[in-house]
Amino acid sequence: METATREKDIMSNFIVFKIDGVEVKGKAGQTIMDAADEAGIYIPRLCDVEGLEPQGSCRVCTVKVNGRPAAACTQPAADGIEVENKTLEILNWRRDLIRMLFHEGNHLCPICEASGRCELQAMAYRLGILQPAKYPYLQPVRPIDASHPDILLDTNRCIRCGRCIRASKDIDGKNVFGYVGRGIHKRVGVNGKDLAHTNVHLDDRSIALGTCPVGCIIRKGLGFFAPIGQREFDRGPIGSNIEKAELKRGKK
Amino acid sequence: MKKRLATVSLAGCFGCHTSFLDMDERILELLKLVEFDRTPLNDFKKFKKRCDIGLVEGGCCNEENVHTLQEFRKNCDVLVAIGQCAIMGGLPVMRNAIMHAEDPLRECLETAYMNSPTVYNASNDIPNDPALPLILDKVYTCAEVVKIDYQIPGCPPSGDTFWQTMVALLKGTAADLPYGLIKYD
Repeated sequence: METATREKDIMSNFIVFKIDGVEVKGKAGQTIMDAADEAGIYIPRLCDVEGLEPQGSCRVCTVKVNGRPAAACTQPAADGIEVENKTLEILNWRRDLIRMLFHEGNHLCPICEASGRCELQAMAYRLGILQPAKYPYLQPVRPIDASHPDILLDTNRCIRCGRCIRASKDIDGKNVFGYVGRGIHKRVGVNGKDLAHTNVHLDDRSIALGTCPVGCIIRKGLGFFAPIGQREFDRGPIGSNIEKAELKRGKK
Repeated sequence: MKKRLATVSLAGCFGCHTSFLDMDERILELLKLVEFDRTPLNDFKKFKKRCDIGLVEGGCCNEENVHTLQEFRKNCDVLVAIGQCAIMGGLPVMRNAIMHAEDPLRECLETAYMNSPTVYNASNDIPNDPALPLILDKVYTCAEVVKIDYQIPGCPPSGDTFWQTMVALLKGTAADLPYGLIKYD
């Protein structure tokens, strides 16, 4: 009986809004990103991932809600709002954000184990970043932590998305990772002298493939497991799984 | 009137030039529209005339690279950085930051010529023949040295990428590469 009322409640809480002029149905309390995902509309994102609380820090998912910029992963959807997602202005914001991430760290795709399954790289491909950027390469000196027998941390590639932090805190209940410092000096630190002195384990969600969007958290012994041509984003652009899900639903 | 094309490999591995030849028989089509000026493909070392298009592979790791790149900028209407080394330094740029040393250049040379376990170097010298170009303090990208008009990513860019780039450049536009041809590795 209780579940029936709840379902009825949810049914009556449907909201309707527009993304780039296309009508999208969502539930009250859903974020714009969740409603868009269900409708098969992909909004680019880096720090947000299925299964973790959204944090809204990378700003790649920035959309315009009634003309004002907002992070789609944290902004609740509301009835009647007009969302812009695919305009040239927003595309250029996103390109600049991705470029700045590339210029801020040491992202050497040709030598990186994560190349081909890296979400930062895939996002650059999807956004079609080709032209020379106006930013300098900062080439920071950042440490590599190879102390753990099974896991390598190469912080040259860290984009501070906080996905490992949230996975460790919310899912593993361990707090192995955490933010240290502020501003440009902000980095991800570990709860111990180095990774070997923490209680991190290979089965943790925080170090699972797909938690780190780049090649910062590397599982030793797994290097280059997929050959070129068969890697995740060789098969299709990032986000095509969300867009394809809608195609499948449309055929039914 | 044929367009003049010059190419050069600076701090690169010649992989991009090899990949340029991967456009296979299409190079015959290209030669109907293009005449090579200085390029490693014909082994000319100096510019004969002003060029329409210059393709640069690799960044700058020594003095000679900088001079060559500046000469290319002077002699080419459109200068294109080809491949990851030219765009962001590529593998040579690892010596800038990833070495984690106070003096990355010294550590790089000492590791290469003195300290590596497989090195046999009886005199324990780092090569310093006057004929060798002076090594720069760090590796610079092409865009840090001169103005670059376009960049084509890839390590190396594929033959198809080169073909589409050349077609676009001959039309006087930027290459609009499809998803499958934008690669950073």
